[in-house]
Amino acid sequence: MEKKETIAAISTGMTNSGISIIRICGEEAFQIIDRIYKGKHPLSKAESHTIHHGYIVDRDSVIDEVLVSIMRAPKTFTGEDTVEINCHGGMFVTNAILEIVLKNGARLAQPGEFTKRAFLNGKMDLSQAESVMDVIQSQNEYALKSSISQLKGSLKKKIKEIRDLILYHTAYIETALDDPEHLDMENYGEELLPVIENLSVEIKKLIDSADAGRIMKEGIKTVILGKPNVGKSSLLNVLTGYERAIVTDIEGTTRDILEEQVRVGGVVLNLIDTAGIRGTDDEIEKIGVDRALKYADEADLILYVVDASRTLDENDERIIDYIYDRKTVILLNKSDLKMQIMKENLQNIIKQRHANVERSIDRNSENSIDNLLDNNIFNEKNYIVSISTKEGKGIEELVDVLKKIAFQGELHFNEEVYITNLRQKEALQKTCESLEKVKESIVSGMPEDFYSIDLMDAYETLGTIVGEKMGEDLINEIFSKFCMGK
Amino acid sequence: MKYSVNSVWENKEDYDIAVVGAGHAGCEAALAAARMGFRTILFTVSIDGIALMPCNPNIGGSSKGHLVRELDALGGEMGKVIDRTFIQSKMLNQSKGPAVHSLRAQADKSNYSKVMRQVLQNQERLDIKQMEVTDILTEEGLTSGVRKVVGVRTYSGASYRCKAVILCTGTYLRARCIYGEVSMQTGPNGLQPANYLTDSLKSLGIKMYRFKTGTPARIDKNSIDFSKMEEQKGDERVVPFSFTTNPDDVQIEQVSCWLTYTNETTHDIIRNNLNRSPLFSGMIEGTGPRYCPSIEDKVVKFSDKNRHQVFIEPEGSETTEMYVGGMSSSLPEDVQYAMYRSVRGLEHAKIVRNAYAIEYDCIDARQLKSTLEFKTVEGLFSGGQFNGSSGYEEAAAQGLVAGINAARKLQGKEGLVINRSQGYIGVLIDDLVTKENHEPYRMMTSRAEYRLLLRQDNADLRLTKIGYEVGLIDEERYQKLLKKEQMISDEIERVNETNIGTSNEVQELLKMHNSTPLISGIKLAELVRRPELSYECLKPIDKERPELPIDVMEQVNINIKYEGYIKRQQRQVEQFKKLEDKKIPEDLDYEKIKSLRIEAKQKLTAMRPMSIGQASRISGVSPADISVLLVYLGGAR
Repeated sequence: MEKKETIAAISTGMTNSGISIIRICGEEAFQIIDRIYKGKHPLSKAESHTIHHGYIVDRDSVIDEVLVSIMRAPKTFTGEDTVEINCHGGMFVTNAILEIVLKNGARLAQPGEFTKRAFLNGKMDLSQAESVMDVIQSQNEYALKSSISQLKGSLKKKIKEIRDLILYHTAYIETALDDPEHLDMENYGEELLPVIENLSVEIKKLIDSADAGRIMKEGIKTVILGKPNVGKSSLLNVLTGYERAIVTDIEGTTRDILEEQVRVGGVVLNLIDTAGIRGTDDEIEKIGVDRALKYADEADLILYVVDASRTLDENDERIIDYIYDRKTVILLNKSDLKMQIMKENLQNIIKQRHANVERSIDRNSENSIDNLLDNNIFNEKNYIVSISTKEGKGIEELVDVLKKIAFQGELHFNEEVYITNLRQKEALQKTCESLEKVKESIVSGMPEDFYSIDLMDAYETLGTIVGEKMGEDLINEIFSKFCMGK
Repeated sequence: MKYSVNSVWENKEDYDIAVVGAGHAGCEAALAAARMGFRTILFTVSIDGIALMPCNPNIGGSSKGHLVRELDALGGEMGKVIDRTFIQSKMLNQSKGPAVHSLRAQADKSNYSKVMRQVLQNQERLDIKQMEVTDILTEEGLTSGVRKVVGVRTYSGASYRCKAVILCTGTYLRARCIYGEVSMQTGPNGLQPANYLTDSLKSLGIKMYRFKTGTPARIDKNSIDFSKMEEQKGDERVVPFSFTTNPDDVQIEQVSCWLTYTNETTHDIIRNNLNRSPLFSGMIEGTGPRYCPSIEDKVVKFSDKNRHQVFIEPEGSETTEMYVGGMSSSLPEDVQYAMYRSVRGLEHAKIVRNAYAIEYDCIDARQLKSTLEFKTVEGLFSGGQFNGSSGYEEAAAQGLVAGINAARKLQGKEGLVINRSQGYIGVLIDDLVTKENHEPYRMMTSRAEYRLLLRQDNADLRLTKIGYEVGLIDEERYQKLLKKEQMISDEIERVNETNIGTSNEVQELLKMHNSTPLISGIKLAELVRRPELSYECLKPIDKERPELPIDVMEQVNINIKYEGYIKRQQRQVEQFKKLEDKKIPEDLDYEKIKSLRIEAKQKLTAMRPMSIGQASRISGVSPADISVLLVYLGGAR
């Protein structure tokens, strides 16, 4: 079915290893590599099973110096024409090259797709079939789960808003078509055009924000969480004082929020200071945490400060539940005082609470992926560092952790999430194209029923990002928002 | 009381196929079966109920019009009969794209029934019998867990042996009509219900649902003040439904419909009496359709609207009854009077028939194959409202397919499945047999994903070949179609290759249509694609144009004008077909496929989809499950 499509993916893991490999496979593999490779000879003419030195270029700029292997069908892993680009490791270069490959005509491979093709092309025997299917199933579930958990918060909300708007307008048009005597579409195009233009702008913003280099260029959006008096401000001071830091005050969007850009160990952090939000009585304290969590929704990274000299309270519990699916560094502060909480028991508490969160999320689905995530979700994603902001202890360790997170691409905590990210970007681009077509139809004076065809495409593509199918959405919207009927 | 043991006897007449119910589904099913060469008996609880239109007095409308055209292209009867009995006709959405143009005709109800009955009566190999069928007779089938139809038994105790049975019981199964506190054990229009068949079906393991629908009151024309309403006339030039009808024959004198509105007083009356609605008292248990809500539903759900449209439509030319479209209800009789009389123009309305809600038994259609044969009862087919649909057109379309497939089964041929890229009929049946359905299913244009290809204007080009292959279209009609196809493709080719220069005549014509003048020569097709121009209006500058029939010119225009969109959908269809063509063996044991998720295993085992495409449309089956299935089937190959 997909035999004709050319697919690509990073076939090495996403660690900071010396070399990464990007595999391209399918009928157009050689044409694609010709478009992006600069070397002595065009590779489409190269002999099978040879390796070539050269450069990957994006238009005129050189991205990386690479070695490229050329393997012609049928003697390849998948049985199809295959190109493998050996580039310098590190997620940004690897990612950049993959994006160029995709831009030049390949489609991002689905989890397990190379293996699936190998099997369907008869490159594996029947007994291997089952393991192939297991791989597909588990990787898909894992990718879906990761992408959706990653989407929690503002991005998901944004996509939902956009989808809702698209659905509403589609439903309006469709209702008017189904029941022309009830609903009028006079000049609907004029009304719809600015809506579509706005949506395009919104989506383009999202696409830009998905740029893999953003973290390096703009810094890691970081929020410090913690109940009052655990040492949030002290941490901020320590960090801003570190390395004679470049501290810039960025005008916040609200009065009580201040964003500071801090460079520690070569990592740029955009620290959102929620420390100013505090109060004495319980109610105000709770509001403070509520607010901080709201800012945390938008953050790439969370620094959660725990006062090791006091026991955990309900505010801590809320924060722990919140960081379930967020990249977090937990700081066990006041290690200079008598410690009430040890690293190990904090870890246990977190594990337990996260297991509960997991269960409540999975209540309606099967728990086949529980095993996959249960024990390692916390370990893989989070770090606990003991510090004393008072004595400046443990700060070096914190900086090391931050470096590791930033440079080894851990902000995408594993390969699957990273891939889903690209997939999301692809979907957003496709959505933009659909909206562009709606615009064209309106401008060129096509009848309204043509708008809804592309609107539905846009809705459906956006749905793949949040893992939702179109299903009966449109029909339900028609019935719930518009009055039809004989 | 059902028959006693003493009255049991066997009717020895030799029937091949029995059709239960003579509504729109049953008529088409019986005609198809008989026309395909099988001795057919059509049972109905009342001869007077043949092809009855118990609700709205029209046929067609958005997307339903498509169904009728498709049915006609396949050799069905509905289009021909409405062409002979309509009293007003309109092409809806004419200002929109060709995909959503849709025909709707007001019918003379009693004339429609009469004409359809004549067609049935004159059909060779077809007998009509007024009798309630109470039992489906079966024996052990060849496959385990599957039974096989051998005949039916009637209320009188008679049994009829046959090889296939088609159930088209509509809204008659254990029917109950309700308004206010009045509940009557009758089918629509006070006709006798069928109270026994449900049990027989249940004993065969068939899962039943209970659905609800409703109809507004009929008001005496003489009591209506039309001067207070807006007149709604038919089209100047009527387009017939049937591809076989000569357009000149349908240019008749038409009657009008009338538009008026409810108002706040109406809504107050309804709101004040909601507690007397049988829905509130729990007397109605069935699930009603959202697309045709009762007026009380509308008032509650859309409380911000201060008025709703009301269409007053004639029920025929020889009756004074008028249908009150938009105001179906199950409120008590006195509230009905008050509510209708609050509407402008209906102040002195006399109600001839009260509005009512009707409840009836139907099936979960996921028990059917795409051929409309039950998965677990060989030879048992079903169509129409019994399958959980609503509407005359939806019923007729299913009836035709069920009839064709019962006949093909007896011919030993593979069942006919029209897929989603071939017609609305395909979309309708596929939705019914794959998706969970909680209300009577109505066709809607948004349900058809390839609607630019599934136009009402090209139904013959899409389906008449199939009608010919199954034996419902004669040689003459088929040859005409082939000729039409040829003319269309020849002319498209010519228009694509014709050059248009920058002569004065050309520029003048463009100016006349507010179209940008040409800078250099251009292909004629490019001009046709401009939104402000058409194939027809370019005739003066197209010197080599041959004389062509109107329907051919229409196809040429649409195919050139919307070529980009049409090609895009054609590419989507290619993708769709690849999955559709990957058949799943009927006996596939999903339990054996370890990597399928449990939910997918259960759904697939219950549904037994016939292709990967169909499997992918089942809710609860994920893309990963489909990949797994593909790998598994690829390996098994």
